[in-house]
Amino acid sequence: MTHSPTPSAGGCRSTPVLKERGQREVFCGLTGIVWLHRKMQDAFFLVVGSRTCAHLLQSAAGVMIFAEPRFGTAILEEQDLAGMADANAELDREVERLLARRPDIRQLFLVGSCPSEVIKLDLARASERLSQRFAPRVRVLNYSGSGIETTFTEGEDACLASMVPVLPQTDARELLVVGALPDVVEDQMVGMLEAMGVGPIGLLPSRKIGDETAIGPNTVYALAQPFLAETHAALGRRGARHLPAPFPFGEEGTTAWLAAIAEEFGVSREVFDAVTEAPRARARKAVAAATETLSGKSVFFFPDSQLEIPLARFLTRECGMTAVEVGSPYIHEAIMGPELDLLPNGPRIAEGQDVDKQLDRARADRPDLTICGLGLANPLEAEGLTTKWAIELVFTPVHFYEQAGDLAALFARPMRRKAALRLEAAE
Amino acid sequence: MKLSVWTYEGPPHVGAMRVATAMTGLHYVLHAPQGDTYADLLFTMIERRNHRPPVSYTTFQARDLGADTAGLFKTACTDAVARFNPQAIIVGASCTAELIQDDPGGMAETMDLGIPVIPLELPSYQRKECFGADETFYQVVKALSAPQDRTPRITANILGGTALGFRHRDDIREITGLLADLGIEVNVCAPLGATPADIARMPAAHFNVLLYPETGETAARYLERDHGQPYTRAIPIGVGATRDFIAEVQKITGLTTQPDTSALRMPWWSSSVDSTYLTGKRVFLFGDATHVMAMARVARDEMGFEVAGMGCYNREFARPMRAMAKDYGVEALISDDYLEVEQTIERLAPEMILGTQMERHIGKRLGIPCAVISSPVHVQDFPARYSPVMGFEGANVLFDTLVHPLVMGLEEHLLAMFREDFEFHDDAGASHHGGHARRPAAPETPAEPAAQEADTAQRESTVEVVWLPAAEKELKKIPFFVRGKAKRNTESFAAQKGVQEISVDTLYEAKAHYAR
Repeated sequence: MTHSPTPSAGGCRSTPVLKERGQREVFCGLTGIVWLHRKMQDAFFLVVGSRTCAHLLQSAAGVMIFAEPRFGTAILEEQDLAGMADANAELDREVERLLARRPDIRQLFLVGSCPSEVIKLDLARASERLSQRFAPRVRVLNYSGSGIETTFTEGEDACLASMVPVLPQTDARELLVVGALPDVVEDQMVGMLEAMGVGPIGLLPSRKIGDETAIGPNTVYALAQPFLAETHAALGRRGARHLPAPFPFGEEGTTAWLAAIAEEFGVSREVFDAVTEAPRARARKAVAAATETLSGKSVFFFPDSQLEIPLARFLTRECGMTAVEVGSPYIHEAIMGPELDLLPNGPRIAEGQDVDKQLDRARADRPDLTICGLGLANPLEAEGLTTKWAIELVFTPVHFYEQAGDLAALFARPMRRKAALRLEAAE
Repeated sequence: MKLSVWTYEGPPHVGAMRVATAMTGLHYVLHAPQGDTYADLLFTMIERRNHRPPVSYTTFQARDLGADTAGLFKTACTDAVARFNPQAIIVGASCTAELIQDDPGGMAETMDLGIPVIPLELPSYQRKECFGADETFYQVVKALSAPQDRTPRITANILGGTALGFRHRDDIREITGLLADLGIEVNVCAPLGATPADIARMPAAHFNVLLYPETGETAARYLERDHGQPYTRAIPIGVGATRDFIAEVQKITGLTTQPDTSALRMPWWSSSVDSTYLTGKRVFLFGDATHVMAMARVARDEMGFEVAGMGCYNREFARPMRAMAKDYGVEALISDDYLEVEQTIERLAPEMILGTQMERHIGKRLGIPCAVISSPVHVQDFPARYSPVMGFEGANVLFDTLVHPLVMGLEEHLLAMFREDFEFHDDAGASHHGGHARRPAAPETPAEPAAQEADTAQRESTVEVVWLPAAEKELKKIPFFVRGKAKRNTESFAAQKGVQEISVDTLYEAKAHYAR
């Protein structure tokens, strides 16, 4: 196979990483629930936390909160803090009430938060106890989405990692694709792999508990998302083998990702080309439409989701942008290596955050486009910088060929808007 | 523990943020874990502020616990003062930091930062957002206000306006104009728009105008007690309440100038014939106590609605709310559980809801028109246009707000007249109502068994009554937007009379019984 793209300008793998500590302007892992519950149709996510946690979910979920969502918060009250024995009884009672009201629920996640972690409420034991009590109808698992341990998308990682130990065992040779993708994207991916004759294909997470794939020493897995370090480690412990690859963003990323799997499964060059040729051409054409706006412009990434490095790679190599700084909340060398090889040398690579210092750097750089969270976007716009809010990149279908044009357009739109508006400076 | 999906109020430190963000020159150092910065986006997105809230978070992580969270806090204080150069700082803990028992107030006071340090005690596991705002504002006023002489001219402070307040921006402009009409200048408006230096000169005013008791009452009481400043009790929402407010201000000041009412159109609009159809529309009110109590009066006395029920989510105001509900002949619902609110609305089957963002969605689900009158609100209720709810222009705004969701009088008449017409058949729906998504106006099954209160209306509606086919057919001829009420009335009439089967006659007997 010769579809692996070549590193350019030496890549960034050896670039010294600017590691920072200080105030972080990021979401905690609880936010992952907002998209995970859409994907896992028979799961309920019960956060054990404070009013702050409930308020965060409400703010992050927006109007979704009114659609009878399958998540909620068991809000700790003062008496829960006074005596620990009581907290377990209280939790059992709330779970019982919940499962009685929602008989469609097959798996329940007890999600730890900062308050529950600090008071050391043992949710692992609670989930075992409740699992026994509600077996076989409901499986109860636990993970932590607390801010003290997880950043934004790491919540998904913690959730999937909690599921790995309970997946059934198999010795069959299977492909497992890991990471929650929008249904439409997932279908496209499965369609292409099946057309190449790769299979059987398992998904983690699966849409329903009954569709869950088995796992074992002959399982190979590909990561569809970059933020899955814990899940990666847990899969390794079950004997499964990782297929390192760049992430499927843009034409190049998608091709390289598919190629890594095709190679593993002995797909011939002819078959690979026959399956990918048309969508590759479509993707290139769609990206070209946005490239007119993006080419030659500079981009600055604030840390948010760990998608920053693959997206910077896509924008620099396929859209002609120049990266100034690529910030990521966390950089996992083994997972991000192939991406760092491809990212052209030049940008500062930053891990962690001290937000005021990073804002000073962005102001000094005056990038043409700044990717950041909603807490920073409007303030930076008011300072004259053009921004693209990062959270949309997690909710919108952006992976694989058919979405490559949409992905580029997400970055081009704010720049086109800036050029289109003929307003006096904002107040 | 209490299972919750939707919360009417955030935690108390969000209330403190609302005070800090409302002011300039004040910085908030919040001892909080990574992730609590989510609250920034309430201000930058919902309120569309063009700067970051003046809040520094210590952002402690798991590995810091047991090591040096106190050190992190001190560094955050020093950095914040050096970078933002505030006139004063407030310091406190979020819910998680409350558990690790560093003492932000004590630590900051020992640091000798060269500016006033105001420690906040906000019990996150007992109290909520409004308390946080009220308490923070009180602490700021208590710490910074200094005894001084009154201004030579009659001036007033305006209290309670905060960031993320429902229409606070325009209410304050409207009331400032009204006070100017009365010959009164505003000394300080706080927290919204004030600096710590402004807070220091608050006692120079002759009296205080308390616009939002939820966020300003404790400070108003303190200023009355310690600085001898009376404060106004009337909340100027609606024409009558605005007139009461003017009378109260005149009594305090002795001034007698009358305000300009040439742009007050609400009373005539409400008296004009097209408004006749509003008479007796049954409304349910829910929100923060101040807005609900004020709007109940507007609804009954100025719009001619019938108040079918009222309630609030902030327990602090349960007593006055209950008293007022009693006057209106209804029972107050004091609850922060939106499921309970939804059940109550379903049971009362009002023709309109005046509520918060949540009630707007409940209304959508039940096919009941709704107008938003209180926080919590979403981005569309921080409008670009001038839209106060207080004072005379506020009354104009309210008339439009309350009428728009309802079908206009003439339109309603026509819809009723042509109800058998092919275009206005049962399932067509009115264009305003999102039409096709509408659920049947009255649910087939009675309400949740949980609502087993000793409530007569409830018992009556759950009595087994059978609709005879002819009566059911006749019921369908009634326009959908009043059919729910007709069905409910007929069923409770039948239950009262001990009738088991509803015939066409029963339907019309009930109609005559409830005629008004």
